[in-house]
Amino acid sequence: MELIKIQVTVNGSKEILDVHPNLSLLNMLRENLTLTGTKSGCEAGECGACTVLLEGEPVNSCMVLAVECRGLSVETIEGLSEEEPMKKLQQAFMELNAIQCGFCTPGMLISAFALLKRNPDPSDKDIRMALLGNLCRCTGYERIISAVKKAARK
Amino acid sequence: MNQPHPRFPEIKYYRPKTLKEAVEFLEKHADQSRPYTGGTDCFNQVRDKRIYPEYLVDLKSVEGFREIKFDPKKGLNIGAAARLNEIICHPKITKYYPVLVESAREVGGYQLRNRATLVGNLCNASPCGDTIGPSLVYCSKMHIVGPGGKREVDLKDFFEGPGKTSLRPGEIVESVSFPIPHPGTEGIYQSIGRNKFGDLAIAAVTVLGYEKKDTSSGYEFLITLTAVAPTVIFADLAQDILTAQSITHGTLRQAASACGEACKPIDDIRGSAQYRRDMIRMLAFRGLEKTCKLLNISL
Repeated sequence: MELIKIQVTVNGSKEILDVHPNLSLLNMLRENLTLTGTKSGCEAGECGACTVLLEGEPVNSCMVLAVECRGLSVETIEGLSEEEPMKKLQQAFMELNAIQCGFCTPGMLISAFALLKRNPDPSDKDIRMALLGNLCRCTGYERIISAVKKAARK
Repeated sequence: MNQPHPRFPEIKYYRPKTLKEAVEFLEKHADQSRPYTGGTDCFNQVRDKRIYPEYLVDLKSVEGFREIKFDPKKGLNIGAAARLNEIICHPKITKYYPVLVESAREVGGYQLRNRATLVGNLCNASPCGDTIGPSLVYCSKMHIVGPGGKREVDLKDFFEGPGKTSLRPGEIVESVSFPIPHPGTEGIYQSIGRNKFGDLAIAAVTVLGYEKKDTSSGYEFLITLTAVAPTVIFADLAQDILTAQSITHGTLRQAASACGEACKPIDDIRGSAQYRRDMIRMLAFRGLEKTCKLLNISL
């Protein structure tokens, strides 16, 4: 299978990679760039554990091909941790114990980050709708929603 | 690592920049290619080996494919690569085609809608495709381009069965267009799934109504039924009942019952045929009642 050369900006740094056309963005991040903060969950676009920002918008990286990202910018949980409102979100998640096993947390945080960027004062319904594509199997959703609300009000 | 899905198969990737490039490539490789925009359906189908294309033809960069154009006289034209979230946020679509926006909100989560496209949802031709019913009642038209040139097909003639459309080998949909709705048009999309939002529909009903002087009732209604037949269908008899008789609670019940009769549901993992038929009657009645309220019809 042919290799395709792509240039992609990941967390602000330009990466030049030779990728097979069947490589997903998720596997490119985790295996080629060892950015393992992005989790591999259902791999079917259902659970949201693999959520990253592509050109500033959240997407399921398990269902994006790496070759599609040629010339685009990708941001992962590693690259956003020093940026607001991510710091406030992380703080609120910790304060309200909105993390149990932590597997869904990077995806949750990225979806919440994108929500607060487009709507700094979301209602409960806005938060629920924005996190609809992120499943949590142990913490429960109430604390996560409260944490997003708390971060928005800080 | 435990792999829940098979590895994505070896594939070739082609990204045309112009429509001419896309058409020429697809003409040459008609049987080996799969057009690809958001990929939210196609990605899983290829990976799970339900389809075996040699080439994925990524149409996202084709000039004009991301455009949404609105003209107060001609109506709306949505390019093949315009994403559902762009449609949901578009002020003119929200104003003139609110039922389409309601249905687009039902598709997956926010991340998925950042990739999923309306044209993709229509071309996937799933009997439970959320945006199909509203696109039908708004009388949309598919603009197709292929080896034989350009052609237009009314959406109602586009579907041939589950996953089957009238697209011929090598053809792609360039855009979907919607005429301006009749003044005072109101409607609603009512669906039920296993979850309140974001799940595939077990059954859904779209109702659109507007004033029409030359009918006995003074109104015309368009009703489509989703996830209860091999394709999304119009409830013709129910529509006729609502045109021929004055609108009362009794007429709505009669029309809702006709919707139940029109569907041909199957038993599957999401619900039994009988449950689907019962839900269609209920959703149709509620949808009609709400639409009448929006149209200020006193029942």
